[in-house]
Amino acid sequence: MKYICLGYYEPAKHAGMTEDERNAMFDECFEYDDHLRANGHWAGGEALQPSETALTLYWKNGKVATTDGPYTETKEQLGGILVLEARDMNHAIQLMAQHPAVKYGSIFEIRPSGDLNEMMKASQERRRKLTAR
Amino acid sequence: MLPNAPEDLSRIIETLYRSESGRILATLVRLLGDLDLAEEAMHEAFAAALETWPQTGLPDKLRPWLISAGRFKAIDVMRRRRRFDDAQSDLALRLEARINEAPQEEEIEDDRLRLIFTCCHPALPPEGQVALTLREVCGLTTEEIARAFLVTPATLAQRIVRAKAIIRDKAIPYQVPALLELSARLGAVLQVVYLVFNAGYSTEATGAVLSREAIRLGRLLLDVPGADLLREPEVMGLLGLMLLQESRRAARNSAEGELILLDRQDRSLWNRDQIAEGIALTENALRSRRFGAYTLQAAIAAIHAEASSAVSTDWRQITLLYDRLIRIQPSPVVELNRAVAIAMYEGPEQGLSLIDDLLAREELAGYHLAHSARADLCRRLGRFSEARASYEKALSLARQDARHEPERRFLLGRIEELK
Repeated sequence: MKYICLGYYEPAKHAGMTEDERNAMFDECFEYDDHLRANGHWAGGEALQPSETALTLYWKNGKVATTDGPYTETKEQLGGILVLEARDMNHAIQLMAQHPAVKYGSIFEIRPSGDLNEMMKASQERRRKLTAR
Repeated sequence: MLPNAPEDLSRIIETLYRSESGRILATLVRLLGDLDLAEEAMHEAFAAALETWPQTGLPDKLRPWLISAGRFKAIDVMRRRRRFDDAQSDLALRLEARINEAPQEEEIEDDRLRLIFTCCHPALPPEGQVALTLREVCGLTTEEIARAFLVTPATLAQRIVRAKAIIRDKAIPYQVPALLELSARLGAVLQVVYLVFNAGYSTEATGAVLSREAIRLGRLLLDVPGADLLREPEVMGLLGLMLLQESRRAARNSAEGELILLDRQDRSLWNRDQIAEGIALTENALRSRRFGAYTLQAAIAAIHAEASSAVSTDWRQITLLYDRLIRIQPSPVVELNRAVAIAMYEGPEQGLSLIDDLLAREELAGYHLAHSARADLCRRLGRFSEARASYEKALSLARQDARHEPERRFLLGRIEELK
C-alpha cells in the first residue's frame, strides 16, 4: 500500500544553520532515502521550491482566480512529498520515524493513498451516457 | 528446485507472509531484543525474498532463509544508525557475533509464546494489548484491525505506537513469565484472546476474521511444544468456549443479516466439527477439577450444543452451572443469564421476578439486553404492553453504531410485532 508523506519544515531554522550543518543534514537525509530505495519502500518523491514560488488557484465569483504564494500562511512550510510503499500504517510510521529529517525538526503528515478507481469508473460511465444521448 | 514464474512466487511469498510472519517476527524479536528493529528486519527479509527468489528459485528451507535474511538486514540497519549514533554500535557488534547461531524449530514456537506475553503485558492499556497482539502475533495490518474495531487507521496506528513505546520505556522483557506470576499473566493473555473473539462475535464479515484469529491464538497457547506450564484447564476451557460459540455463526444471522436468537436458530446449520472439538476440550478441562469461569461458560455452551431444540435443553443443568459461575465470578450479567435459564426451567414468572430484582439494583438499569430479556419474558406471559415498553427501553439504550445495527433491527422487529 502507498502512503504519502508530506514533509513540513521551518525555513527560518534552516536559514540559521551553518553550511556544514546543512550539508550534514542533507547527507543523512539522502542516505536514508537511498536506504528506502534499496529496500523497495521508495515509490516516488519530489522536493518543493520555497513557498514564495507558489501560485494558488481557486474559484471566486464565478471565475478562476489566482494569487501569489501558498494557500495557507504558517510557520511550517511544505518542503517536499515522499511516496512510501509500506505494508500498513504502522510500518509507514516506523520507516518515517527513522528519517533523519525528523531529528532536524521536520514534521511529516502521513496519509494513506486514496483509491479513486471506483470513482473514476463511475464517472466514465456517467460521461459515456451523456455523450450517447 | 525449478524456478517458478514470478507471479507464482509473489503468491507463494504472500501466503508465506500470512502463515509465517508471526513466527519469524517472534524469533527476530528474541534475537534482536527490539520489536521495531525486528519488524523492520522482517519486512526487509520478505522484500529480499521477492527480489532474490525469482533468480535463485525457492530455497530448501524457507523459514530459516527468512530469519537469516532478517538478521543480516538488521545488521545493515544497525550499521547505518551507528554512523550517526555511537550508542548503536554495541548492539550491532553483539548481533554480528551471534549471527551464526541457527534457531531450533522448538525455540521458534517458544518465541511466539514469549511475544504473546509481551503484547498482553498488564502495563499496556487493554486496547493496546489487543491491537498489538493482532498485529505482531497474528500478522494483521493496521488497516485490517482498524476496520474490525470500527476505528480509523490513524487511531489504531497510535494505539500500537503507544503500546510499543511503553514496552520500550519500561523495558518489558520478551519472555514467558516465571512460574510464580505465570497464572496471573496467563489470565491477562486469555482475556485479550477472549476480547478479540467477542469483538468478532457480532459483526459478520470483519467479525469472522477476528474470531478466526482468536481461535488460532487459543490453539497456539494450547499446542506450543514445551509449554507444559500452560496446560492450564482454563486455556482448554477458553478454546472450547470459543469453538462452541463459533459453531453457531452460520445460524446466527438470516440471509438478510437479521439477528436470529438461539431458540429460533436452524440447528442443522451448526458446525458439528467445532462442536465435537469444543465439547472434548470442555470435558478435559472439567475433569481437571481446577477449572474456572471460561470452562463453566464452555460447559453451558456445550449443553446448548447437545440439545436438539430450545425446549429439550437441560435448563436445570444450565442453572446449576450458572450458580457455580456466580460463585467464582460474581457479575450482574451472569445473574441476568441465570435468570433467563431459570425462566426456561421454572417458568417465565420466576425469571421475571429475578430480572426485576436485578434492574432494581441499578447496575444493569442501563444495559439494553436486561430490558430486552425482561421484554421477552413479559411477551411469553402475555403482558404485551409491558413487553413493548421494555423493548422500547432496550432500543433507546442500545448503542447506535454499525456493530449494534442487527440488534437494533431485531428490537424494532419485536416492537412492530407487538403493535
